[in-house]
Amino acid sequence: MIREQKDIIIHTICRILIPFMQVYGLYVLAHGHGSPGGGFQGGCIFAASFILMPIAYGLDVGKKRLAERRTIILCSLGVFIYGGIGLLCLLLGGNFLDYGALSAILPVGPVMARYYGIAVIETGVQITVMAVMVSIFINLVTGGSHEEEMQKTHD
Amino acid sequence: MIDTLFTHYNYWVFAILLVIGLYSMMAKNNLMKKLIGMNIFQWAIILYFISIGAKRGAQIPIVAGTHGQGQGLAIHAADYINPLPHVLMLTAIVVGVATTGIALALLIAIYKKYNTIEEDEIIQRLQQ
Amino acid sequence: MMRRLLGVALAAAALIILLYGVEDLPPWGDPNQPASLHVSPRYIEKGLAETGVANMVTAVLADYRGYDTLFETAVIFTAGVAVLMLLRRRKP
Repeated sequence: MIREQKDIIIHTICRILIPFMQVYGLYVLAHGHGSPGGGFQGGCIFAASFILMPIAYGLDVGKKRLAERRTIILCSLGVFIYGGIGLLCLLLGGNFLDYGALSAILPVGPVMARYYGIAVIETGVQITVMAVMVSIFINLVTGGSHEEEMQKTHD
Repeated sequence: MIDTLFTHYNYWVFAILLVIGLYSMMAKNNLMKKLIGMNIFQWAIILYFISIGAKRGAQIPIVAGTHGQGQGLAIHAADYINPLPHVLMLTAIVVGVATTGIALALLIAIYKKYNTIEEDEIIQRLQQ
Repeated sequence: MMRRLLGVALAAAALIILLYGVEDLPPWGDPNQPASLHVSPRYIEKGLAETGVANMVTAVLADYRGYDTLFETAVIFTAGVAVLMLLRRRKP
């Protein structure tokens, strides 16, 4: 059961902190090439910002930001991006998931084509991990019955 | 035996952690404590694999200061630690998160049906 | 009480077997252990030249072993779907 916190300190701090957490999650994803990071790590940090919102503001504000249907569509979008890039490499003449074949459509050599292929699939992985973490959290906390919980949060 | 303790002490730590998780899965009555024991077991294995990849006097497996342009550098394998256990354990951690999430959902479903999560009470209510 | 003693006995037996097997493992930080010898030097030495990515862990995870990562993403997607199926039930 999530009860809305009516404390003004928590509301103010979370309002300041949530955009920084999201930017940090995207930073960890983008710098996966040159420093520790990547898709899974950035996805978990990004999901943490979405999980902080129902805890501090109540469940209906959280559900307005990331509704259930949109979360489920995002789960499958990440896997679709990953498989789609692999299939695109197959259609362009290479093996499955052989990113060197992407140099047929991008204006770079085969080495940098692998660089960009890695960047795109890490984005797909981050989207999936973020959506699945938020979805599992909302389902576990409400025990499956979302509508009854939303009526209870404002007691 | 004593000098084995000084060179192999990391394996001893992981063995003790594994056995703590194993005892918790076997002997505790509450289903939530069994789940935490399973998690401890799994983390002992993950830490063991990561400790295999260490090398003395080596750096983390990131070539510093290149930003994608240093394709002509000479890189020696003895200067960087083994990246392969880290890669395999990333997959293992994600599988662990998935397993824990589904196990917690199962616990909620069991609680809704039997109104308890102690194992002996569940078995009693099943036999009635 | 019986179950607790049995648990302690089995855990102690497992601990003794594991500590007996520890003596055959290579020492910690040895650069010539079998885990660091076969394909791992190739990933370290040729990773930057073939993929252009300085982080060897990301290069191995997403390029050399990209097939594993595809199915791992499918695993976490399946976990999300399974939690949904277990808990969201419509009252008939």
